[in-house]
Amino acid sequence: MNPEKVVFGFFIVLSLTLNFGFFVGEIDDPVHHNVYELFAVLIVNIIATLLKFGDRSQLGAVLLSTSLVAVLQLVAASVLWMWVEHISSTGLTPSAMASIVSLSGGAMLANIISVVLLVIETVMLRR
Amino acid sequence: MDNIVFLILRRMRRPLLTLVLVYSISILGLVLIPGQDAQGNPWHMDFFHAFYFVSFMSTTIGFGEIPYEFTDVQRAWVTVCIYLSVVAWLYAIGTILTLLQDKTFQHAIKERRFAQRIRNLGESFYILCGYGETGRELALALTERGQHVVVVDLNEDKINLLKLQNLRDFVPALHANARTPRHLLEAGLKHPQCAGIVALTNSNDVNLKIAITAKLLNPHVTVICRADSHDVEANMASFGTDYIIDPFDTFAKYLSTALQTPGLYLLQRWLTAKPGTLLPDPVYPPTHGHWIIGGYGRFGKAVFKRLNKEDISISVMEATPEKTGEPRQGVVKGVGTEEDTLIEADIQHAVGIVAGTDNDANNLSIVMTAQAMTNKLFVIARQNYRENDTLFQAVHADMVMHPSAIVAEKIRVLLATPMLYEFMSLAAYQEEDWACALISRIAGLVDHRVPMIQEFDFTESKHCAIDEALEHGKVVRLGDVMRDPGNRGRSLNCIALLRISRNSRELLPDEDTELLAGDKLLFCGTRHAFSTMEWILCHGPTLEYVLTGEDKPRSWIWRKLAQRSKK
Repeated sequence: MNPEKVVFGFFIVLSLTLNFGFFVGEIDDPVHHNVYELFAVLIVNIIATLLKFGDRSQLGAVLLSTSLVAVLQLVAASVLWMWVEHISSTGLTPSAMASIVSLSGGAMLANIISVVLLVIETVMLRR
Repeated sequence: MDNIVFLILRRMRRPLLTLVLVYSISILGLVLIPGQDAQGNPWHMDFFHAFYFVSFMSTTIGFGEIPYEFTDVQRAWVTVCIYLSVVAWLYAIGTILTLLQDKTFQHAIKERRFAQRIRNLGESFYILCGYGETGRELALALTERGQHVVVVDLNEDKINLLKLQNLRDFVPALHANARTPRHLLEAGLKHPQCAGIVALTNSNDVNLKIAITAKLLNPHVTVICRADSHDVEANMASFGTDYIIDPFDTFAKYLSTALQTPGLYLLQRWLTAKPGTLLPDPVYPPTHGHWIIGGYGRFGKAVFKRLNKEDISISVMEATPEKTGEPRQGVVKGVGTEEDTLIEADIQHAVGIVAGTDNDANNLSIVMTAQAMTNKLFVIARQNYRENDTLFQAVHADMVMHPSAIVAEKIRVLLATPMLYEFMSLAAYQEEDWACALISRIAGLVDHRVPMIQEFDFTESKHCAIDEALEHGKVVRLGDVMRDPGNRGRSLNCIALLRISRNSRELLPDEDTELLAGDKLLFCGTRHAFSTMEWILCHGPTLEYVLTGEDKPRSWIWRKLAQRSKK
């Protein structure tokens, strides 16, 4: 058993589950989407990305890129949230909420790909 | 992806993870801990403000509490955060700084820069593996001739020395083991402009490995190797190494040339010595009588083999014959530094002595003891280290054999003036009188200094004038291009040594020889003569003038005027 794989698997699956938790619910209803959950997804995703730094294998590089995509999407969602709440002062309107959640949905897709790749790698190892 | 990026990413993983953790804990704490706004109402900091606050908190403590003054609980949490984040930042920055100073990292960067530089080379170059005495001399000689050199050496001090040296051309150098094929590839082994690789390290094994690597990875490249033992030589020759240079055999060959044809030997030394130095004096080793060889190692054996072919009786002194083996006639046991051994070797009747051990102090001692016991000895001394130059000059040996110098000289001739190498091989078949006649011609040409050697290749684009003239069917004789354009009646100070023309080779071509397109010529002479000749070969009107003695009008108007005045 490789502890590196365990730790990375933990973080990437956690980011997917958290992401899913944030994503589910009425897309434009702020009550269904918790800001703490978004924060947690972002942090866990960044950690998962950092864990793939310096991985020279082909699959490692692909995993790095998918989690980078997820981080990018999540950062965009967070910045949007910050923008509507503090700068444009329109408040968390249903349309703003919808775009934030859809951005996180994109991140979830990237996270799903990461998990699928992880599963493939695990199956291929057969050890 | 690249090595360096991976190295940075790998090393930065832990510090970055720490930073992210510290940031997230701090932010989360700030968001969760309740505060008060200006009116005293309960208020929760949001993520945006928390991130903003943590960002400046760790880098510039003392920016103020925003957007409202903190409560005591918040202050307590911020105190914890300050210590956490400052430590995390120090850790991250410290790791980056250590990485930058890290030897492995710096070496990776240097290696990459070196490889980049080689990839961008646009002109042909030679790779020198090993930058010892031989390598240094060779690099100097090649750069002086405008050829490009790339150096690989295991020793970093030698690479640093190269940087301090004032060579004419920039020489990229890599501190790496030339045994590893990757380093040779980085040095440009597969580069289309790579003309040759020279293995000069002090280890036979490494030289062998370099030769194999070069022949396998790039069979077209010329491979020149130094080898000190016959086994290795045979091994190198077996896979087609182009030139294998054994300093001991080479010297022994010189010695037998000097014994049989002193004139030819002198000619060779005059032409191959460094241009501009004083002309070496002739040596006449005695061909009859008794010789003593001190040391029956690689050098002693090579000399013994050559001397044995002459009408000479030899005694060999060797301290450890059980290790080195001994000739059929047996040896006198002893180093030869003490009188007893020399007397036993019959020094009283000796005409020549060879001090050929691998210890410079012993060699000097043998020579001095022998010279004290009898005069009129012909002395050959083997010098192992360059730093003993002055000592060997002081004992006035007739011939000094310095392995590094011999290898360097031979390779220099091979790479810088390959036609001279060919000339010397052809000259070896000539008579002694032929050599003596040429020597007196050269002596008349230059003023006690070694002449310059120059090759001219008519196919080169810079010699377009001669090429064009020959294409147009003009008759150009060798004597024409050797005329002084300032005064047609005078000849330039040079001698044509060799002409290569469509696979035929002509030694000392006559001045009336008609030149053909694609000819290659080898001259010896003065620097001035060659710069003038270069001008004749590349500048049409000058060539026209030396051919016909007329300065033809070049512009259209003058041509018309000239035609009219003729009418």
